Amino acid sequence: MTGREGRPGGRRGEQSMVPRAEFESYYGRPVLKEPVWKAPDVPAYLFLGGLAGASSALAASAQLAGNRELSRAAKTAALGAISLSAGALVHDLGRPARFLNMLRVFKVTSPMSVGSWLLAAYGPVAGAAAAAAVTGRLPRAGAAATAAAGVLGPAIATYTAALLADTAVPAWHDAHREMPYLFAGSAASAAGGLGMLAVRPAHAGPAVRFAVLGAAVELTAKSLLLRRLGPAAEPYQAGRPGKLMETAEVLTAAGLAGAVLAGRSRVAAAVSGAALLTASALTRFGVFEAGRASARDPKYTVGPQRERLRQRLPG
Amino acid sequence: MSTRWSDRLAEEADPARPLDPAALAGYADHPARMGFFTDTSVCIGCKACEVACKEWNAVPEDGLLLTGMSYDNTVGLGASTWRHVAFIEQIAARPEEQSGPATGDASRWLMSSDVCKHCTHAACLDVCPTGALMRTEFGTVVVQPDVCNGCGYCIPACPFGVIDRREEDGRAWKCTLCYDRLSGGLEPACAKACPTESIQFGPVDELRERAQQRVSDLQDAGVAGAQLYLDQPDDGIGGGGAFFLLLDRPEVYGLPPDPVVTTRDLPRMWRHVATAGAALAVGALLASIGRRSGGGA
Amino acid sequence: MAEAHPVGFQWVMEAKARGATIIHVDPRFSRTSAMANLHVPIRAGADIAFVGGLINYVLQNEKYFHEYVRAYTNAPVILTEDFADTEDLGGLFSGFDPEHRSYDWETWRYQGDEHIAPASGARGMHPRHRREVQEAARGEAHGSGGAAAHPAPDSDETLQHPRCVFQVLKRHFARYTPETVAQVAGVPEELFTQVARLITENSGRERTTAFVYSLGWTQHTVGVQYIRTAAILQALLGNMGRPGGGILALRGHASIQGSTDIPTLFDLLPGYLPMPFAHHGRDNDLDSYVEAEKVDKGFWANTRDYMVSLLKAYWGDAATADNDFCFDYLPRLTGSHSTYDTVLLQMDGTCKGYFLFGQNPAVGSANARMQRMGMANLDWLVVRDLVLIESATWWKNGPEIETGEMRTEDIKTEVFFMPAAAHTEKSGSFTNTQRMLQWHHTAVDPAGDARSDLWFSYHLGRRIREKLAGSADDMDRPILDLTWGYPTGGAQQEPDADAVLAEVNGRDADGKPLSSYTQLSSDGSTACGCWIYCGVRAGGVNQADRRKPGREQNWVANEWGWAWPANRRVLYNRASADPDGQPWSKRKALVWWDAEAGKWTGHDIPDFVADRPPSYRPPEDAVGVAAISGIDPFIMQADGKAWLFTPAGLVDGPLPTHYEPQESPLPNLLYRQQHNPIRQIIAHPEDRFQPSGDQPGSEVFPYVTTTYRLTEHHTAGGMSRFLPYLSELQPEFFCEVSPELAAERGLEHMGWATIITARSAIEARVMVTRRMTPLQAGGRTLHQIGLPWHWGPNGYTTGDAANELAHMSLDPNVHIQEVKALACDIRPGRRPRGPALRDLVREYQERAGITADTGTEL
Repeated sequence: MTGREGRPGGRRGEQSMVPRAEFESYYGRPVLKEPVWKAPDVPAYLFLGGLAGASSALAASAQLAGNRELSRAAKTAALGAISLSAGALVHDLGRPARFLNMLRVFKVTSPMSVGSWLLAAYGPVAGAAAAAAVTGRLPRAGAAATAAAGVLGPAIATYTAALLADTAVPAWHDAHREMPYLFAGSAASAAGGLGMLAVRPAHAGPAVRFAVLGAAVELTAKSLLLRRLGPAAEPYQAGRPGKLMETAEVLTAAGLAGAVLAGRSRVAAAVSGAALLTASALTRFGVFEAGRASARDPKYTVGPQRERLRQRLPG
Repeated sequence: MSTRWSDRLAEEADPARPLDPAALAGYADHPARMGFFTDTSVCIGCKACEVACKEWNAVPEDGLLLTGMSYDNTVGLGASTWRHVAFIEQIAARPEEQSGPATGDASRWLMSSDVCKHCTHAACLDVCPTGALMRTEFGTVVVQPDVCNGCGYCIPACPFGVIDRREEDGRAWKCTLCYDRLSGGLEPACAKACPTESIQFGPVDELRERAQQRVSDLQDAGVAGAQLYLDQPDDGIGGGGAFFLLLDRPEVYGLPPDPVVTTRDLPRMWRHVATAGAALAVGALLASIGRRSGGGA
Repeated sequence: MAEAHPVGFQWVMEAKARGATIIHVDPRFSRTSAMANLHVPIRAGADIAFVGGLINYVLQNEKYFHEYVRAYTNAPVILTEDFADTEDLGGLFSGFDPEHRSYDWETWRYQGDEHIAPASGARGMHPRHRREVQEAARGEAHGSGGAAAHPAPDSDETLQHPRCVFQVLKRHFARYTPETVAQVAGVPEELFTQVARLITENSGRERTTAFVYSLGWTQHTVGVQYIRTAAILQALLGNMGRPGGGILALRGHASIQGSTDIPTLFDLLPGYLPMPFAHHGRDNDLDSYVEAEKVDKGFWANTRDYMVSLLKAYWGDAATADNDFCFDYLPRLTGSHSTYDTVLLQMDGTCKGYFLFGQNPAVGSANARMQRMGMANLDWLVVRDLVLIESATWWKNGPEIETGEMRTEDIKTEVFFMPAAAHTEKSGSFTNTQRMLQWHHTAVDPAGDARSDLWFSYHLGRRIREKLAGSADDMDRPILDLTWGYPTGGAQQEPDADAVLAEVNGRDADGKPLSSYTQLSSDGSTACGCWIYCGVRAGGVNQADRRKPGREQNWVANEWGWAWPANRRVLYNRASADPDGQPWSKRKALVWWDAEAGKWTGHDIPDFVADRPPSYRPPEDAVGVAAISGIDPFIMQADGKAWLFTPAGLVDGPLPTHYEPQESPLPNLLYRQQHNPIRQIIAHPEDRFQPSGDQPGSEVFPYVTTTYRLTEHHTAGGMSRFLPYLSELQPEFFCEVSPELAAERGLEHMGWATIITARSAIEARVMVTRRMTPLQAGGRTLHQIGLPWHWGPNGYTTGDAANELAHMSLDPNVHIQEVKALACDIRPGRRPRGPALRDLVREYQERAGITADTGTEL
């Protein structure tokens, strides 16, 4: 192959002639297809689903400890979040009227299939738990529902990591080891943060602890993720996704500090909680956008694969 | 499901054995696996394949756009393009001193008809939550448009960027390897239309043999860059039901050099999900232990 | 070929797979070049120099096939003393008449042979010659049944005589050296020599080389001479009539071969019989027509049989020996009625009505502007097409409406649009470029008002006959006496195409189908609509409908479809065997003499008198078919030989000569004579020509532009620009330029450019590509611009028509336009709109000093 001439195959409109296709791409065209999932629908769902699932876990734990105020708040939050989630997911379908087709099959190879069944189970029990808590009726059923939601909740909060990672999207797939912990931490941070917002400090202790733990895990997981990816971490650090991730990190750190230092101050707790909630959302949006960016630029696909081949084959 | 997993693990233990996706999918009695061998060395870039495919499958026209990408105004595969001819101009440099003509044998204009690979291990099929994507008895991968609810999961799952969602329609669409024609004993429309037999249709085993011979002939003749792509069962997708003879590296054509079905890493993903989920649950429980649990009163 | 005949190109790929070397000579690196082993970029308009160079190489290096040339060409024939070549006259031949812009062929004769007639018959004859023959013939026509025979011309079998064709040829092409080829055609010496080596090494007994050409060769003011050059080369190399050899003329679209066989050309009757003329007292009657037309030797000697049978097919029982078989009924030519001459007649009001059958001159004919102006002056215009093509809508959306030169409300032409049936909606034949007829059947009836051309012609004729019924006027007899009783059927009363085919095939007096043109008679007992098609319905079976798969036949596959004449697939295949009747080599056997059986046999049907042994030499007084010797493979030629030198038949020279195109940035480096002196110039204020070569003003149009096709579109776009699936493949009109030209003129990839000639200016998107390469020619860098000519203002994808730029300077033999080599300027940006467009063109004309005389010099 002779060397390149003119501007290397760049974006359309910047070419000086029919470009010599670079050795690594076809006119700079993406190799993969970007997800067609819309923002805010899907990243919002990632956030709300995580919030709901973690809240259910927190609610179950609070219930066991007899912390009715916290458990009621957490159950309500879970129901609200998961209802919004369902709406977002159905709305995002190309054929929303066919949403029930999700339950035609159960496939363990499809995180979306697993997730659909999880949601189908979790939604009602989260609803029952919240209803019982709010109305005070059927407490035993409510307790059972709370327990069920408490078991399903963590699955709801973490399966979405597999959902994203189980694609060809480089920024997601390559991060498949860390992503579940990132999402778990982010979910706990959000649920704890919401607890700090909604509940008086006297009863918000578990929420604070949960939030601190979650935030710490989130920050650690993110750091590990970026380190492992090396050059492939660029989508998480550049452009819009980079800004989202960075802001999220700052807010998480601030919220974490605030949670630790808030003490009895309702306001401080609320502010910290809000920060953590926002951070959790921004993290999901950041991850989402980073994925799209990594699918769009062929270098993220071709580069690592070519490198992999080079290492595998002799000479 | 579990049968398929264990079978697949067994297959992967013996990479040289060509895989039988129809059997893995549960077909007891099925015809030979059918597919495409696209020999791009004889493609004349006529795009009869693109037109024949659209005509037969009533695929809509999807954009009048002069791209400047040589003679490629189709751009890539998508929901409404199931055969896409790529054009890559590799014209030799002119002699330094004067702008004389490029000598014919050093200049190339690569042309290649791209198509869905009908992977042995098809990520799109693996991730489809409705079962719309299915494996046919011919070993091909087909979307059932009456089931698909447009969730879009198959789209980022495909390592080749083949399948896509039709915006006006909402569903995912891709090459069916003319399943309806196969069921009637006919060859796919693109293979029928191709005048130079660049697109060859037949049993995948036969096609592989033919391809081996062809690439060997080309390499003996000194044709630079002649290589097969996706013909072997030991690659990251278990080999393609549609595979290619290329005259340069795959990425030159917009193809991934080392595609891997994402499902390969899924067991690990589930393990980490389980661990993270468990940690989340434990963390929640622990949060309520100790002073200031806020309980009682 | 890959661009315009992708399906046919599969056979080139097949050959390549078997080891053939593919050489592609073309100004642009196209999809054909991508598949070729060698691409030779050439200056458009310089092919005679290039192929002439190959001829010179063959002659100088003695690479010609000696035995073949000696036995089967007119190489040994000695020319008359008076002949003078371009070598002697600065680019002209002897016999040039500057006043009439014509050649007198007297000095091109064979020595000792007064009046050899060309294969094309009377139509190819010099008018004075034709008169003489007729006068001579009249006396002989009555009674004896034929003209006197001529003795064989003087010849030198050793090919040494200075005036023998071989030596004349050698001398004529001596200046076409590799250096000259490089300068004139822009092909570097090394590359040229490589091509010469490849083709000579691949020709001879054991191997043959095939030439394939299309409109890149025909659409020049020297188009016919282009093909002549290749014919000479192929004859010298011994490739004619041999398997894997020959010259394949790829035609412009499906069945255009059929439309010259059963012609839509003004000067031909079916089977290439000439249309009779009205003037000079010639063609007064059948006898004088036949005498002028026929030759003494070969199958044209039976012209009378063919003509009478045709007249019987036309007028049936009304045509009898007493009334000259209604010969009088045939229309007569009064001059050139070519399409470009017709445009002039339209503009001056002489031609009042026009039928366009699947033709789109508003986009597809040279000087598209004049085409529309002509149509704007008609009383009525009938357009038959699948879609509303530009030739049907110019009156409301043509470029002249945009510039304000025409206003819709002022145009008086009454335009009728008759929707036409597509080929899937009617039955009939296609005759493709290899003379093969293939039948196709109606798959579905046409929808709505759409009807086939057959339906239209038949019912129009029927209605006219009904209106004229009972008329006593002699003027109406030709129409009323026509055999018009074709059966019709179906809801639409579609005429039976098979019945028409049967009439074309011919029948005997008992109405039984004929099987060979040798059965045709001039006594009125046979009727045949086209003598070369006689046999297509032999035995009452539609031979064109045969579909025996190739795998069940030998490699010639005679039982798929039917080729004319007599289903022979390779013309002149007698030449594939040596003078003793044995194949030149086993490897290249095609037909041979079976002495035991006493007939010719082989893989193909022999294109020869079936039972004539190779040893046969005709007696001195033999005429007609009997005069063909056993070693005369070229049976349509008067002397049975391939003509290296053409003593008669072409109006612009017996040997091909490189002349520059009508418009060229370069002077003729080979001769003083710049242009083809005999080219047909249609001069008109709307058809101004540019200065060329060293003439002042030539530098205003410094680039060569050539028109060509893209696979995705078809001709003038009527069958592609209206279809989404094709339009999306090539959605916009673009020009192709090299990066060097782009830099020189400030053109941007995917930007816009305006291309200007003395006729008009068009705009196109710019495709900057290294596939276009600057050439070194005439001591300078020469840039070429490629223009696909498919676009017009209607349809799914629209754009300017390349033919706006073209002029009407035509090849004088066949009146074809020169759109393959024009000179132009190019500048970045879109073109002006409205009246400003014409201002731009005028500005260029002024800058170049263009007057009514520019470019019209000899």
